Amino acid sequence: MKFIDEYRDPEAAAGYARALRRITTRPWTLMEVCGGQTHAIVKFGVDELLPPEVTLVHGPGCPVCVTPLELIEKAIEVASTPGVIFCSFGDMLRVPGRTHDLLSVKARGGDVRIVYSPLDAVTIARTHPNSEVVFFAVGFETTAPANAMAVYQAARAGVTNFSMLVSHVLVPPAMETILSSPESRVQGFLAAGHVCTVMGYTEYEPLAAKYHVPIVVTGFEPLDILQGVYMCVKQLEEGRAEVENQYARAVRRDGNLPAQQLVREVFRIVPRKWRGIGEIPQSGLALAEPYKAFDAELRFGIADHTVDEPTECRSGQVMQGLMKPHECPAFGSRCTPEHPLGATMVSSEGACAAYYRYRRLERSPESAKAVAHGN
Amino acid sequence: MFRCGKVDFAGVIKRVNLSYVPDARVGDFVLVHVGFAISTVDEVEATRVFEYLRRMDELAELEEGETP
Repeated sequence: MKFIDEYRDPEAAAGYARALRRITTRPWTLMEVCGGQTHAIVKFGVDELLPPEVTLVHGPGCPVCVTPLELIEKAIEVASTPGVIFCSFGDMLRVPGRTHDLLSVKARGGDVRIVYSPLDAVTIARTHPNSEVVFFAVGFETTAPANAMAVYQAARAGVTNFSMLVSHVLVPPAMETILSSPESRVQGFLAAGHVCTVMGYTEYEPLAAKYHVPIVVTGFEPLDILQGVYMCVKQLEEGRAEVENQYARAVRRDGNLPAQQLVREVFRIVPRKWRGIGEIPQSGLALAEPYKAFDAELRFGIADHTVDEPTECRSGQVMQGLMKPHECPAFGSRCTPEHPLGATMVSSEGACAAYYRYRRLERSPESAKAVAHGN
Repeated sequence: MFRCGKVDFAGVIKRVNLSYVPDARVGDFVLVHVGFAISTVDEVEATRVFEYLRRMDELAELEEGETP
């Protein structure tokens, strides 16, 4: 398919790998922010093409993975309420809550539906006037315009039986939290290309200047990632710390202005808790005052619920680039996609899921024996 | 705010909301996320990944005096 296949050309990939080896003189640690990039790296083996001095660590760019436990519990509570049709993107259904997930609510008879677009949830609300339809609005800035449009259209059309459980998070505050941590090893970033399609990249300029780190807006195909790494390492070798745009075919410096406008109209910036990391100020979105009627937490009276996180899951450390998935003691044994301890093993963008799916070599000996005996 | 169109995903046709790409025309390539086009693909910029690589290879040939 045009604009995809060309960026998977193995010869061009080898060309970038050679160019990278020519310019790398020292060890460098880079972080790719987006889970979609993590998956491409592991699936296509991009990290295996890099010179040994260049290390890629994986960031928290998986909105499913960073959705706080209490929000999963709230979702389960709402979805279990009679008369509710609970709509969600597919990969939220298997994210573990304390004891259950949304899929088990569905199995027990709850009306939980997977939708492709938030507008589908509004349509369901229109066609089911006697049900309360709730949409689980999870995502980064990439998804915010779609969710904003769903609320805006529902408001305009008077679809009052529609509401949203909002768990939106913003990327730049998370990058700043990672950079300001004393344990941070990150020297350069590959910024999330699709987030920047919406937001542009002006917000990264103060970060690059303040922490003296190069930030390269990068796409999602193997060649994009290789070129992004090349541009980032070149800056590091030359002592520069600028924001550059590798993904120029989809990203403009100012981003998508009509999308930003509607997001500003429907949402406001709030502090948000990131699962595995903790609360980050000004890092999330909630519905703005004129649209509060569509806030499911208010409608269902669940705004104050809090939950404690079980301690074995280490996804917080993975998402901050402090640990690789296969270094977690539970990886592949107590934690697998079939019975995940945390969201990073479930989500299509989760780093642990990527490693498990594409690199099954690091499974622990106990689970390998269990497989051999046909368990 | 309600502009929709048909987008061809390698043969699969889907209805996509085009409100955020007011300049998109039939025949353009767009980036689609959860049923919304969020950007048009700039064909000129799209070729730069390969131009960049070619320029680096040429530079390397000059520096090393041999074909990589």
